[in-house]
Amino acid sequence: MATTDQEVNELIKREYEHGFVTDIESDTFEPGLNEDVIARLSGIKKEPEWMLEWRLKAYRRWLEMDEPDWAHVGYPKIDYNSISYYSAPKRKEDMPQSLDEVDPELLKTYEKLGIPLHEREKLAGVAVDAVFDSVSVATTFKEPLAKAGVIFCSISEAIQDYPELVKKYLGSVVPAGDNFFAGLNSAVFSDGTFVYVPKGVRCPMELSTYFRINAANTGQFERTLIIAEDSSYVSYLEGCTAPMRDENQLHAAVVELVALDDAQIKYSTVQNWYPGDEEGKGGIFNFVTKRGAAIGKNSKISWTQVETGSAVTWKYPSCILRGENSVGEFYSVALTNNYQQADTGTKMIHLGKNTSSTIISKGISAGKSSNAYRGLVKFGPGAEGARNFTQCDSLLIGDRCGAHTFPYIESKNKSAIVEHEATTSKVSDEQMFLCRQRGIDPEQAVSMIVNGFCKEVFKELPMEFAVEAGKLLEVSLEGSVG
Amino acid sequence: MLSIKNLHASVEGKEILKGINLEIKAGEVHAIMGPNGSGKSTLSQVLAGNEAFEVTEGEITLNGENLLELETEERAREGIFLAFQYPVEIPGVSNLQFLRTAVNAMRQHKGQDEMNAAEFMKLAKEISKQVDLDPAFLKRGVNEGFSGGEKKRNEIMQALLLQPKLAILDETDSGLDIDALKVVSDGVNALRAEDRAILMVTHYQRLLNHIVPDYVHVLAGGKIIKSGGRELALELEERGYGWLGIKDEETADSSVN
Ligand SMILES: Nc1ncnc2c1ncn2[C@@H]1O[C@H](COP(=O)(O)OP(=O)(O)OP(=O)(O)O)[C@@H](O)[C@H]1O
Ligand SMILES: [Mg+2]
Repeated sequence: MATTDQEVNELIKREYEHGFVTDIESDTFEPGLNEDVIARLSGIKKEPEWMLEWRLKAYRRWLEMDEPDWAHVGYPKIDYNSISYYSAPKRKEDMPQSLDEVDPELLKTYEKLGIPLHEREKLAGVAVDAVFDSVSVATTFKEPLAKAGVIFCSISEAIQDYPELVKKYLGSVVPAGDNFFAGLNSAVFSDGTFVYVPKGVRCPMELSTYFRINAANTGQFERTLIIAEDSSYVSYLEGCTAPMRDENQLHAAVVELVALDDAQIKYSTVQNWYPGDEEGKGGIFNFVTKRGAAIGKNSKISWTQVETGSAVTWKYPSCILRGENSVGEFYSVALTNNYQQADTGTKMIHLGKNTSSTIISKGISAGKSSNAYRGLVKFGPGAEGARNFTQCDSLLIGDRCGAHTFPYIESKNKSAIVEHEATTSKVSDEQMFLCRQRGIDPEQAVSMIVNGFCKEVFKELPMEFAVEAGKLLEVSLEGSVG
Repeated sequence: MLSIKNLHASVEGKEILKGINLEIKAGEVHAIMGPNGSGKSTLSQVLAGNEAFEVTEGEITLNGENLLELETEERAREGIFLAFQYPVEIPGVSNLQFLRTAVNAMRQHKGQDEMNAAEFMKLAKEISKQVDLDPAFLKRGVNEGFSGGEKKRNEIMQALLLQPKLAILDETDSGLDIDALKVVSDGVNALRAEDRAILMVTHYQRLLNHIVPDYVHVLAGGKIIKSGGRELALELEERGYGWLGIKDEETADSSVN
């Protein structure tokens, strides 16, 4: 590989001579993907040699992989060479200087979501005094976290500061060769979050990307790694509540969770990437691999997701239940409207004895959208006494949308118990009439009925998130009645 | 208050109401009786603005305002309330949340402040006691798993909360045991007021012992074929519908021929 490296270095230099990262324009890479681009990316991030090697290995692997086509979604073929793989956070001068310069539509959405003013500025990318903001964040949150020994930083920082932990766990749950999009992410991930909770520590606060000032501008290829040592607990919230205005943008994130003996990780997502317009133009392709390994005995991983955004969603937060008595949970609300498509669900892989899992999935389709639940419950030969409970409910709004359920069960252990329940219902004219007869607006009525349908999942969300999720449904359902 | 003139309405191309005329003044209680399928519920639904029914002719005004131009929710905010014959369930939506949303929609319309959760809870508890519903019902999903009688009491509770101008009660008395009938009737009587009108659909004259109407109308084949006072109900009970020239089981459907 020596020659390749050398060639790569040559290329880096050559690009640099062309004025890379000198002016504002070149904060963004030219579209295209090759080993040179990856090396440049790694170079800018001042990554150690092993990290670059890791990325390149992933890239070579990815070149040999095929894009999956089994999901119940359709989208134009993505040209991976037409994408830019690095875009540094814009400089202050390029950003809107005040909320007056921000798209009023966007602001209206924030207002409806009840996002506080200073958060709105951040989300809209207004150049508020970012330094001040991150300092205040740092002082408010870094101190109690540091006291508890919790590491909470960007993955880029972690690669520099905690290389042993990163080396040990990165790719241990989602290997680069796992699937096409995970492979791509492994090669080009731009940033993400790293969390480490030491033995016996209960993380003193909910960790959230919301608090991290750079979160709004992190790229489309995030990488998150959360490690919970023995008997620790952490709850992590991922809020992508800002509708992005971009055209068909690819978002391929990888999230890896590792729970050791008696550890618990609770991971909550509220996803509202830009879904495209009413005609189905634009929107994010959200192709995400999220997986948790419940390695330790009595460990627990629980995923809660509220997915309302994106043009196409392809996402299966999963649990590998390796430890004896380990528990996996998946609570999901996926809402599609207009031309949105979602193929989402989970995989519960039972390997250890007496492992148990619960799946509660609520799919809501409106407009001309398509919403599929895809779930795999698998019991390995060692999964003595393992159990799964699955409940999949679909709610249809109008009669031009579709709901599909694809539950798969594979069992290599006779003692395993599976319970499966599925329902499909409609927001009926009678329900709508009742609400309206009591003076309630049709849109508010739909959102109230949908919220009722999602209640079992919302109660799993942290309080503030549950409120936000409810409001988000209301915003996302706009135009679904009448 | 309410004026209905030559009202024709159809559902799925079939004419059900064939020229209804009715005047109701503030403070009055009108009872509508009539054989099954004669169009009583259809009339109630049309008044409330159910879009499943098409008004093909005639007019409806509420205090001079053309109701037919208003959407269902706008009519509701103008004070039209319908207690359903078959209240529908809304799973997962708590009765309390539903009722508060409704009350606040009305308040907003009137330019009043919204009621917060605590204020509303207090009010709702009081009223639920008035209709003899355990306040625990407030926490349950709207009509979810309610018994027939509980659903009807829940409807009356809503009328008491929303304080409408015109309350239309579609067979709120059917399926009730004797005690519940008393409770519901007391609720309806509590609604009686100078500035409010009540239109109740019923099959049983026994309800009219509890809630004494000012007028009784007989609806058959999509038309009001007879109107009278309280005594008309007694006469109907004694003689059935036959003496009015219609068969007991005659419906809107068969009268088409
Ligand atoms: N949605 C509908 N589709 C088709 N026919 C309907 C519909 N709704 C009502 N009808 C018909 O209209 C006629 C009148 O029905 P309506 O419910 O108004 O009768 P009703 O007087 O309330 O009867 P009951 O005493 O049994 O409650 C019936 O023949 C009924 O089948
Ligand atoms: Mg009826």
